[in-house]
Amino acid sequence: MNEILTTIISKYNYWGFILLMMIGLYAMMVKKNLVKKIIGMNIFQTGIILFYVSIGVKKGATIPIISHGHGKEKHVIHAAEYINPLPHVLMLTAIVVSVATLGVALALAIKVYREYDTLEEDEINKKIRDQAK
Amino acid sequence: MSWQLDLIVLTMVVICGIAAINIRDLLGAGILFGAYSFMMCLLWAVMGAVDVAFTEASVGAGVSTVLFVAAVFRTTRRTKD
Amino acid sequence: MRILGLVIVILCGSILIYHTSDFPDWGHPASPASTHVSPYYIEKALDDTAVPNIVTAVLADYRGYDTMFETTVIFCAGIACFFLLRITRRMEPSVTLYRHLPTGITLRIEKGGKEPDDSNIFKRIDTQWVPYDLIINTTCRMVIPFIQLFALYVISHGHHSPGGGFQGGVILGASVILFAISTDLRTAISRMSERLGAFLSATGVFIYAGAGALCLVLGANFLDYSALAPVLNVNSVMARSHGILIVEIGVGLAVMAVMIWIYYNLSSAGRHDEGL
Repeated sequence: MNEILTTIISKYNYWGFILLMMIGLYAMMVKKNLVKKIIGMNIFQTGIILFYVSIGVKKGATIPIISHGHGKEKHVIHAAEYINPLPHVLMLTAIVVSVATLGVALALAIKVYREYDTLEEDEINKKIRDQAK
Repeated sequence: MSWQLDLIVLTMVVICGIAAINIRDLLGAGILFGAYSFMMCLLWAVMGAVDVAFTEASVGAGVSTVLFVAAVFRTTRRTKD
Repeated sequence: MRILGLVIVILCGSILIYHTSDFPDWGHPASPASTHVSPYYIEKALDDTAVPNIVTAVLADYRGYDTMFETTVIFCAGIACFFLLRITRRMEPSVTLYRHLPTGITLRIEKGGKEPDDSNIFKRIDTQWVPYDLIINTTCRMVIPFIQLFALYVISHGHHSPGGGFQGGVILGASVILFAISTDLRTAISRMSERLGAFLSATGVFIYAGAGALCLVLGANFLDYSALAPVLNVNSVMARSHGILIVEIGVGLAVMAVMIWIYYNLSSAGRHDEGL
């Protein structure tokens, strides 16, 4: 019983981000509204970013800003005392790029709305089929 | 960094995500996505990724919500699912 | 379709959850991500670059290529929004509304009607959405300078605290977006035009790439800021610190301009006339 609890505590974070990715994937595949699909894409992105950030976590470590002061003698920095900064760097840029891609996606959605006067996928397909006839 | 706090915020994130894709109003979906981003920012602050949390608070909860509201203002609030 | 999608999603999720048993425990100090290159960054960042915030040091110095191309991606996204949405030919609106400022009366002018020309008394307002609220206007006018000051602090203090070019640039952009929301889009465009936005976003990317190219000219590798030491008149460690600041300023300019540009195009659907 105790082993199961330790397994859950050590792994539930990964399950959480997998759940978020499943929500995003479901929204991208099943929802018919384009803005809902874009929201699903963003949830998927944040799920992956959550995975990257959570592999950098170290128990008992502090945030990756080295405490220092002028005039104090230099102390030795141990890597185990600070959280891994590398995933943070990679994901920080990914977040800003995700808002840029969100802008482009919404611009495409506005363009589609201007052309077909709807955001629903099935209605757009119907209008395209009617135009082809 | 206690795992109880982490678990509570993670549950809130999942709830906000499910609500954002299920609500039948695009403006509400955009606002709920902003709430989702803010919860995500809290989660990263709990995990010690302060720079990522700061970025998400300004980008995800700030600018992307504004972009959603602007896009909904220019298109429609109606959605079938 | 709904059932099929659910089945696919659950299948993918269960495969992923099954394989989490191979993952290291959450928060384990000896997990593979924390053992190879990151101890070097943590232990050497302060000695190499004199930057206590390791994230900033890795972002702009050790992994400068990555950040440079991310900035380029953001710039490209701004251009893509412009080309997708912008309508340059002037569309005459069927109805324009003017507010007579001394009395607050709204004038409705149909197409072809004579438009009032005294801009001190008559002010053009949006037809769909008329944001005129004294409390909101006054609050935003008082808050926006402090937001911009905070954004500059975030950019320049990114060496010592959380922050940097990306966050500060987004906050600067958000202050202009707040101005556009609290007054109207035409006022914001008259203060910060589209031409200026395009120029600033290109300038930001140019500052970043130019700092790298300057290092190349001075005989070091691309983006190796220690070569800037003779130019900046400091030792090579402080030169890396100052090089990071130069790069962050470039990133901040580019991100600010692109955020504003995307907002202008989205909220007015490319017309740059009436918007949110």
